[in-house]
Amino acid sequence: MKRVILRALLGAVLLALSTASFAAIDTYAFETAAEEARYKALIDELRCPKCLNTNLSGSDSPISADLRRTVATMVQAGKGDEEIREYLLARYGDFILYRPRVMPATYVLWFGPALLFLLALAFMARLVLRQRRAEAPAPLSPEEQAALARLSQAVGENSKA
Amino acid sequence: MSRTSLFLPLGLFLLMAFMLWRGFALNDPHELPSALLNQPLPDFQKTRLADGAPVARQDLLGTPFLLNVWATWCPTCKAEHAELNRIAARYAVPLVGVNYKDDGPAARAWLARYGDPYRLSVVDEDGSLGIELGVYGAPETFIVDGDGIIRYKRVGAVDRRVWEEEIRPVLQNLGLPLEEPPA
Repeated sequence: MKRVILRALLGAVLLALSTASFAAIDTYAFETAAEEARYKALIDELRCPKCLNTNLSGSDSPISADLRRTVATMVQAGKGDEEIREYLLARYGDFILYRPRVMPATYVLWFGPALLFLLALAFMARLVLRQRRAEAPAPLSPEEQAALARLSQAVGENSKA
Repeated sequence: MSRTSLFLPLGLFLLMAFMLWRGFALNDPHELPSALLNQPLPDFQKTRLADGAPVARQDLLGTPFLLNVWATWCPTCKAEHAELNRIAARYAVPLVGVNYKDDGPAARAWLARYGDPYRLSVVDEDGSLGIELGVYGAPETFIVDGDGIIRYKRVGAVDRRVWEEEIRPVLQNLGLPLEEPPA
């Protein structure tokens, strides 16, 4: 019984995974393997404008098929990656890029994590320093040392009595 | 820990609440800001739906017009069609259709059945003009001024409210006389 349930669970998990992203079945003939690799990299990093969170390679929508064809044609025509990105950017806007450009509106996105990391480091450093200071108390001043000597003498005399 | 730093979590919470409030108040995430605003209408060489005669960008320019991307397979296009018919009948603004990735005979039959608000429809069978226009979901409606510059873009249906509040003011700004005709 247990085994059946396990198998069903495994099946469900595999099914869920299998829907992930094998939508792009259209094939284009490229002259070189490098061109094909560029095409694949591009459709992986460009976003389907109709869908909220799918890349071109993972989307079944007609617009994604058209855009894949556009990218393939441009790659075959020898256009550079940057040129292809610019072309789509001019028509579909920043939405099409999964890797946002570095500009004032995206500074938080690009530099926020590093900034947070530095902040966390500074915070930690402060904590550690404070703890060190607590562990190693400042040496006693001469007056304090004199007072300590007096006290320990008094304690010694008391214990003798 | 000093007393003021006790308020740090409260501050963080307020910041988060503010950002979430702003974030969820954003418009429909399906709506992309158009990259083509104030850009020239792309060049094209296509044919007319009615008779297959050639039509190019240059043929459309002169006065401001509405460019409406439609298709028979698009249910929302059907929903907005009555409003387009109304606009074409009542106001002095030319409508140009882009029959997007559609079947020619079906599109002609569709216009014959539901009425044809368009001065002409451009056939974009392979969707290449659609890509030039950044179309990602029909229907889409553009306002193009007399010099061929795109002044407005709407993704989704044009209804009475969109016409009155968004499209009509832009057209009037471009100098089209759009008085209400006497009833």
